[in-house]
Amino acid sequence: MIHFVVHEEGDGVGVVVVEGVKQGQELNGWIMEDDKDMKIVAQSDIPIGHKLALKDYKPGDTVIKYGVDIGKVVAPIKKGEHTHVQNLKTKRW
Amino acid sequence: MDLAKASFWGYKRENGRIGVRNHVLILPVDDLSNAAAQAVENNIKGTLALPHPYGRLQFGADLDLHFRTLIGTGANPNVAAVVVICIEEGWAKKVADGIAATGKPVSYFGIEQHGDHDTILRASKKAKEYVQWASELRREERPLKDLWVSTKCGESDTTSGCGANPTVGNAFDKLYPRGVTLLFGETTELTGGEHLVAARCRNDEVRKKFQFVFDRYQQVIERHKTSNLMDSQPTKGNIEGGLTTIEEKALGNIQKIGRKCTVDGVLDKAEAPTGPGLWFMDSSSAAAEMVTLCAAAGYTVHFFPTGQGNVIGNPILPVIKLCANPRTVRTMSEHIDVDVTGLLRKEMSPDQAGDKLLECMFRTANGRLTAAEALGHREFVLTRLYESA
Repeated sequence: MIHFVVHEEGDGVGVVVVEGVKQGQELNGWIMEDDKDMKIVAQSDIPIGHKLALKDYKPGDTVIKYGVDIGKVVAPIKKGEHTHVQNLKTKRW
Repeated sequence: MDLAKASFWGYKRENGRIGVRNHVLILPVDDLSNAAAQAVENNIKGTLALPHPYGRLQFGADLDLHFRTLIGTGANPNVAAVVVICIEEGWAKKVADGIAATGKPVSYFGIEQHGDHDTILRASKKAKEYVQWASELRREERPLKDLWVSTKCGESDTTSGCGANPTVGNAFDKLYPRGVTLLFGETTELTGGEHLVAARCRNDEVRKKFQFVFDRYQQVIERHKTSNLMDSQPTKGNIEGGLTTIEEKALGNIQKIGRKCTVDGVLDKAEAPTGPGLWFMDSSSAAAEMVTLCAAAGYTVHFFPTGQGNVIGNPILPVIKLCANPRTVRTMSEHIDVDVTGLLRKEMSPDQAGDKLLECMFRTANGRLTAAEALGHREFVLTRLYESA
């Protein structure tokens, strides 16, 4: 069962595609572009559609998704943690 | 899917364009004429009134856009005939003349010096004549290239970017080489991925025009924003669905133009393209505004990928909804025409998802009602550029 997908290798976040992911759960990931599998342990409860970090981040870091910059980290994020508006912001506007 | 000899059944209009619906419109030019237009719609079964809140004391480019949108809507090949109603006869004639350039039947009525009763009576007589005439028109088999397909996504979430939008992209990549006329837009929703669109432009001229409209829209945002666009772009719904930044939303959005299509030209709002290929329309990212502009530009079928479940339709342009979010497909199934949730379970390939959408496109073009049509979603929303005089 696929719990999260990653667009391409090198992306720093994955997208949870099932409902009810809980902290401590081991998740199966699928890197779509490269058709590779990966595993990660969720460090937060993560709603469907929301992102999880695939590595540790510190404030000021850039997050890559689709191989492209999607914004800057504003609070520390640990691998497996929920990555959203509380720790990631746009660099535009 | 082999599209080399693909065809669909449509209505050939007087100007050679092919429609997939056969509406008789009752078109008010201004807010004051809505009541009469809706009375005519009520009198004559099978007609469709398009009430809207604008058309008074607009001026300059905003007024030009108002007329272009109304005329384009009436001229759309999904429309068989039009009855135009306006408080002032002069403007009714202006809109009717614009639509009449297509050769389709159109009549106009002014309310001043007549009142609603007499206007409704005269307009109803004409509408009855049109609806009976249109009901005898027959579909004929036409090559795929006669279809014009637009796209815009809404209530997007992260599943849009990895499922529904790439499905549209896959379909666009298949339609493009067949000479289909394609469209995308949503200018501000390319923010963070504009360089990727610029790189896809056919030549420097197109690229320059794209960059100009992109930069102009950024200036509008800069001028009017308060602190930032939090809750607007991305929307509350986008954020609820897991999208965090405009860049992330934009990169998902851009999946809709596939990987192979070239951006062949840039259009102003409601401007009709001049040939086949993929066109970019400078437009709002608000769903009903954008889809209304697609219809006014002459598009006849629309692909609308959604994540969290936007329920939009359009009065004359069939809106096909596709979704890759299993929760949305479960909780809002009546709104979804094409379920591509299998993509995210690895049970469906992008190629299969694209074919599933194309299959629905052909069925829709041949006359099957979309979910939005069956549910009565007829959002007709005119884009305004600035305040009235």
